[in-house]
Amino acid sequence: MAELQISAVEKVYPNGFKAIHGIDLEVADGEFIVLVGPSGCGKSTLLRMIAGLETVTGGTIRIGDRVVNELEPADRDIAMVFQNYALYPHMSVYQNMAYGLRNRGFPKDQIEQRVQKAAGILQLDGLLERRPRQLSGGQRQRVAMGRAIVREPSAFLFDEPLSNLDAKLRVQMRVEIKQLQRRLGTTSVYVTHDQIEAMTMADRLVVMNAGVAEQIGTPIELYDRPSSVFVGGFIGSPAMNFLAGQVDTDGRHLLLVGGVQLALPADGAPAEPNRLVTIGVRPEHLVPTDDGPLRFTVELVEHLGADTLLYGEVAASTGGGVGGGNGDKGGLVTVRLSGHHVMAMGTVLGLAADPAQLHLFDAATGRRL
Amino acid sequence: MVENRPWLTVFSHIVLILGIGVVVLPLWVTIVSSTHAGEDLLTAPIPMWFGDNMVENYRQMLTAGMEHVSGQPLTLMMFNSLVMALTIAIGKIAISLIAAFAICYFQFPLRMACFWMIFITLMLPVEVRILPTYEVIANVFTPLTRLLNLLGMEGTEIALPGFTIDLDFSMLDSYAGLTLPLIASATATFLFRQFFLTVPDELTEAARIDGAGPMKFFRDILLPLSRTNIAALFVILFIYGWNQYLWPLLVTTDPDYVTIVMGIQRMVNVADIEPQWNLVMTAATLAMLPPVAIVIGMQRLFVKGLVETEK
Amino acid sequence: MIKRVTFKHKWLPYALLAPQLLITLVFFIWPASQALYYSVLQQDAFGLRVDFVGFDNFAYLFSDPTYLDSFEITIMFSVSVALVSLSFALMLAVMADRVIKGATAYKTLLIWPYAVAPAIAGVLWYFMFNPAVGINAWILRAWFGYDWNHTLNGSDAMLLIVIAAAWKQISYNFLFFLAGLQAIPRSLIEAAAIDGASPLKRFWTIVFPLLSPTTFFLVVVNIVYAFFDTFGTIHATTRGGPYGATNTLVYKVFNDGFIGLDLGGSAAQSVVLMVIVITLTVVQFRYIERRVEY
Repeated sequence: MAELQISAVEKVYPNGFKAIHGIDLEVADGEFIVLVGPSGCGKSTLLRMIAGLETVTGGTIRIGDRVVNELEPADRDIAMVFQNYALYPHMSVYQNMAYGLRNRGFPKDQIEQRVQKAAGILQLDGLLERRPRQLSGGQRQRVAMGRAIVREPSAFLFDEPLSNLDAKLRVQMRVEIKQLQRRLGTTSVYVTHDQIEAMTMADRLVVMNAGVAEQIGTPIELYDRPSSVFVGGFIGSPAMNFLAGQVDTDGRHLLLVGGVQLALPADGAPAEPNRLVTIGVRPEHLVPTDDGPLRFTVELVEHLGADTLLYGEVAASTGGGVGGGNGDKGGLVTVRLSGHHVMAMGTVLGLAADPAQLHLFDAATGRRL
Repeated sequence: MVENRPWLTVFSHIVLILGIGVVVLPLWVTIVSSTHAGEDLLTAPIPMWFGDNMVENYRQMLTAGMEHVSGQPLTLMMFNSLVMALTIAIGKIAISLIAAFAICYFQFPLRMACFWMIFITLMLPVEVRILPTYEVIANVFTPLTRLLNLLGMEGTEIALPGFTIDLDFSMLDSYAGLTLPLIASATATFLFRQFFLTVPDELTEAARIDGAGPMKFFRDILLPLSRTNIAALFVILFIYGWNQYLWPLLVTTDPDYVTIVMGIQRMVNVADIEPQWNLVMTAATLAMLPPVAIVIGMQRLFVKGLVETEK
Repeated sequence: MIKRVTFKHKWLPYALLAPQLLITLVFFIWPASQALYYSVLQQDAFGLRVDFVGFDNFAYLFSDPTYLDSFEITIMFSVSVALVSLSFALMLAVMADRVIKGATAYKTLLIWPYAVAPAIAGVLWYFMFNPAVGINAWILRAWFGYDWNHTLNGSDAMLLIVIAAAWKQISYNFLFFLAGLQAIPRSLIEAAAIDGASPLKRFWTIVFPLLSPTTFFLVVVNIVYAFFDTFGTIHATTRGGPYGATNTLVYKVFNDGFIGLDLGGSAAQSVVLMVIVITLTVVQFRYIERRVEY
């Protein structure tokens, strides 16, 4: 167990494609870090660079106090859990878990002890003599983890391990993996494209987009203070709503399309006057108020039991919410109401937002102001 | 690959190049030797680079052949080989297509019996039935005569009102004799059968609804779908047909029907004198040319054909 | 086994099957049955009388030292061809699997021997090893002091046909090995690398075991090839000599039947070969069922 340090790491492929643009990340000992982002953002590439399966073209990676850029995967003291488990089909579960230790010359009794211990933790006793094809998906996943555990490495690397499981199993395994990591205290780097997995499992999150680390922080930090439109829209479900607007001349109000005016927090510094901004506001922070500044027409209602989701058009929306992105015109805005509400289609509501819950982003760069 | 071991990649390239050297060496020696005059090849070491007798050698072999080996011009031999290869390839494909179609798409009594009968041919290469097959080629009616003999009827003629059928028809020294016995084999049939099994049933149902009978379905739908398989198989079967050795050896004594692959051994196994290696190599080069050209030119289809026929 | 949706027709299926079945009957089933028939008969010298002799022909065969010799030669020949050809092809396939640059060029240069007839392959190597003018024979004499002569030395002759036969099969084996290698998921190799296995260790503990279905299949195919398809290689070169050193079973059948005109004996040999082929084919089909899953 050691800390992991990624400094100014870059990856440029031979054909010139730059997959990773200078990432800095420090992982504390025993921390569970999640790399999350859409397909192609480079999270798997980064993970594989830590593992040694991809070369590092710029920057350094440190595990413990060693620079590992030039080290073979086998020498980095890491263990990896693959998306498709990568279990050796011709070996039994026991042999699969013992393989790494055998290659390193561990004595037989020590191998036996470690494998049995891991099997106990993962509830694999009784399956040790089976072949992978005789196991269910969840069991295979556990064997893959067992293989990593017996090595007692400095760091665990997970490459979307739950993607191949069905939804229910995924939820269950999520909890198990997190508990396991807590128990073992091993530094872990976990890659996923599922932001719910990311939010629930991470000590800290790294949101990646097109090879860049958009924001690094605890889940709540990222949720409450997203540093960019991308992060705001990526984290949280249903997603954040985005509205286009401009800061008023006094810096204390926001002007939206249709003359709508929203107030900014009275305390604190005023915003830069006349600045074009994208305003982010989470669905649960839009409150139906009789004289609320936003006129919202309900188009669709979803009853989840504990919550009610309303989708509709707002005169000043840019999209965001369901299916929207930055700068789309006429998307749906989402409102989340606690509890069960009956709402007819076509109802027009007034929405208000607590000024403290408004997120302001530069309209051009998307970065938080 | 996985690690950063550049020397391993260099090693791989070296091994591959050496391997290719071993594999290509015979071809090189053959082509080079075919371009030399006979004298150049009388003492070792023979030259490893091209000579200047190429046009001479090839012209001689193509037009006149080797003198003391009943000089058949190679053009004739290559023509025979071509006929044999094309007939076998096309024949096999045609027969197997319709047989596979029948087995897959029709329910009829004796279906399984037919299937197994075809399957058996997989286990009977020509080498295990040499003599009897030769006998049949020598006289196609042999089975019939034998059967009649069993029933107590002697004689070799059938008298019908108006004419007699002479039960003695030889296919030796003919294209039919060269090709017919090789034209029915199980591999092609099984390949098509396997492919037909993957064609969606919905197509058949749609065709039925559209009023197409079985043959129309076969011609308009199944056949076009089978195009790549047919092409891939054609490559394999053409090579198979062109390279036939034992069978042509048995059924042809008439020099007019000699094929080039089989004809080469006559040039090599000459008694009492050294073979004229430069001319033998010329013949060998010509013999290898068409199949190798097809394999290299249609590489992808060839590989596909190989893999498919071995499932 | 059959499509779910079929056609109904009285006579069409029979008509479609007729060509194949007819040829199968006349040229396969009939001759095979004839071979079986003749194998239990013995003709007298004039071909006038034919006696049923039961398994006598077979008994005679298996007590005939030349036949047993031939059996031994054939087994040694097939095992050698399979071993040489498969090892060489495997090595090339493993290397070809690793390189990205020039992969297609290598592949093209390695697959063309498949198109060469076994007889021609024999002639080519026969020429290269010709004691007088062959380049290989010359190298052996000049660099190693070995006097190669396959017309006098039985082992030289055997070596010649083994090399010629193995050389021709390299392409086939190479292609199948390459396909087998490429079917192994990359993540397995990566997992093994992380598990501390060096490239060599990875090959023997992971890649080779996973390649075993392909290997087994190729062994059977190569043995069948060595037993039967190599007739041309031998006939065009050593003709079973010198002194029967390369007299494989299939060559013997031809020789005894066509040159020696021994009907009963040749038929018995054919039947033995039939049994061998059937056994090998059954083994091949049975084993193809069991494939390793990923």
